[in-house]
Amino acid sequence: MDHVIEVSDVSKTFKIHHERHQSVKDRVLHPRSGRTELFQALDHISFTVDAGETVGILGHNGSGKSTLLKCVCGVLQPTSGVIRQRGSLAALLELGAGFQVELSGRDNVYLYGTMLGFSRKYIDRIFDDIVAFSEIEHFIDTQVKFYSSGMYVRLAFAVAVNVDPDVLVVDEVLAVGDERFQAKCIDRIKGFQEDGKAILLVTHSAEQVRTLASRAIVLESGKMIAHGDVGDSLKIFRDHLLGTAPATGSTATSAGEVHVDSVTSPSGTFDVRAGAGFHFDVHVSATRAVSGLFVLELHTRDGVLVSRSDPQANPVDLRAGVTSIGVDLPHLPLLDGIFDVNVGIYDPRGSNILAWAEKVATLQVTYGGRESGLVDLAPSVHQN
Amino acid sequence: MSEESLSLGAGATSVRVVSARVGLPTRLANLWRRRELLRNLISSDVQIKYKGSALGLLWSMLAPAFTLGIYYLVFSVFLKNGYPNYVIFLFSGLIVWNLFQNAVNVSTSIIVDRAGLVKKVSFPREILPLASVGAAVVFWLIQMVVLVLFLVIFHHAPDWGMLLLLPVTFAALYLFTAAVAIVMSALTVYLRDIKHLMEVLLQLWFWLSPVVYSYSNSIAPALHRHGLAAIYFINPMSLIVLTFQRTFYNATTVTSTLSGQPLHMLPTWSVGTFVALNVGLLIVAAVVFLLALVVFGRLEGNFESEL
Repeated sequence: MDHVIEVSDVSKTFKIHHERHQSVKDRVLHPRSGRTELFQALDHISFTVDAGETVGILGHNGSGKSTLLKCVCGVLQPTSGVIRQRGSLAALLELGAGFQVELSGRDNVYLYGTMLGFSRKYIDRIFDDIVAFSEIEHFIDTQVKFYSSGMYVRLAFAVAVNVDPDVLVVDEVLAVGDERFQAKCIDRIKGFQEDGKAILLVTHSAEQVRTLASRAIVLESGKMIAHGDVGDSLKIFRDHLLGTAPATGSTATSAGEVHVDSVTSPSGTFDVRAGAGFHFDVHVSATRAVSGLFVLELHTRDGVLVSRSDPQANPVDLRAGVTSIGVDLPHLPLLDGIFDVNVGIYDPRGSNILAWAEKVATLQVTYGGRESGLVDLAPSVHQN
Repeated sequence: MSEESLSLGAGATSVRVVSARVGLPTRLANLWRRRELLRNLISSDVQIKYKGSALGLLWSMLAPAFTLGIYYLVFSVFLKNGYPNYVIFLFSGLIVWNLFQNAVNVSTSIIVDRAGLVKKVSFPREILPLASVGAAVVFWLIQMVVLVLFLVIFHHAPDWGMLLLLPVTFAALYLFTAAVAIVMSALTVYLRDIKHLMEVLLQLWFWLSPVVYSYSNSIAPALHRHGLAAIYFINPMSLIVLTFQRTFYNATTVTSTLSGQPLHMLPTWSVGTFVALNVGLLIVAAVVFLLALVVFGRLEGNFESEL
């Protein structure tokens, strides 16, 4: 087998206890209550990950993405199906879950390391790297219970990323920690990518998937609804976000009432000269008159978000039928490049997406100057 | 997820399989592969138990010494049982019981206590109760040193022949203790009462084992009269305790310090009988241990929804 991770036909069913009776008395007195309901967290999931790939797993809360990740890590056993994983694996799940607070940082590095499946000898070799990365040299022989929460997380993270695993599993940890810590995380993940390691990244941030992943999987109520190219998967993820957006009241616009039909340019082309203005029209159809907020997003081909407009700044009133929304970009501060355009309509509160369209247009920006990069800063330099 | 796979490039990388049911051979192989984790968990358990206490590891000797002292006072001084060298007799049985009780007490709630770990990190879960048993073995070894000191101080020679059998008896004790620990740790996840139930049950179990009283002197005649001796030995602790007493107390019939009458302290079985019984027990304990792993495997599938 050539795959580093091979998930075949994995299902996971949880028992949901409606009334917990965990003592003998309760079980004897209420034999019929405490009935359980089965909850299908994962429904026949199959996919593979090869070395050097970064696969993003997208889904809302409760879609089963963390369950899937835990199954891959071996923390959970699937109810049916098999997961094969080759080589060593390190998981950035809950950092420091294996720490014993009564023990020193040093002891915990060894304990946590062996818990992740690495040998004592191996940890001896990388111990200094771990300590250096965690930046707590002075406290390494202090009991962990005296650590600040930041030190705690840093040490756990240092162990998990310095053991040099074949597979790295990341679950939303990038959402915690300060900006420097997040940057360190991303940096490490990119390093792993360069080393050709396989990475499984769970997130509900489309941005992270866009920038880090080479492939994406979208989960929805335990089912895999998309698997493949990041852009396509994100499109499906966004579409489904609409389909399941919770109704916020009887007057709320339900999904499907608003739809982005097309984006056209009066000139018929999306080729733009840098610095020049550009105008295009977005055609939105609605089943009834609704008001909403218009959002425009521009991404590079690598998935880097160049700009997202402020929804509150652009309210629109849609008629029943087709409404044409004109978008003026008076002065495009972009340099040479190809940019994908996403447009969307939010509800007036800006909390739900009414309609979203990924990659509705591709801006081809040409620039004659010598500046390079993404944007034209147009600096003016004076000698004082 | 093995150590071998880290010698990157050297040798074939391991393949870890996660599926609904892990077979017994895989289970044993996983345990063996993660022996280093087991060792680290044992050493952290031992370190943590007396961490912060002034006397530290000394407590692992002091606590049983107090128990020993109390039983000696009650049964030898107040109730005047007339057993000569009662301390040695008591200690050789108590040491066995302490190992069993310590291990079972701690491991019964170990999975529940370490829920955070169980839900977050992947490793064979049975390592947790096994580590508790391992820590109990460490404390047991310390107490063995004290027992040897007692033997030297009281000029009391053990039965050297029987001593050779002791590894077999100890293996049976270890496997049986581990089996109980593993099953109880898993059951407690589903039924939290087990923890409290075990505390009571262990007391009963203690008095059902011939630790404080002499089997031959007190209950053997009655048991034989009613044909219940076989039932008494369904409790594996009985044979293990008797073997330890036979080895260290090293006397079957002694003279009462009170009446001067002969006292039958231990069964007058030959060494051969002890060997046969202990080897038999070891085989039974090994089977029970494997069964415990299978039971644990059945139960661990739903740990996450119960913890």
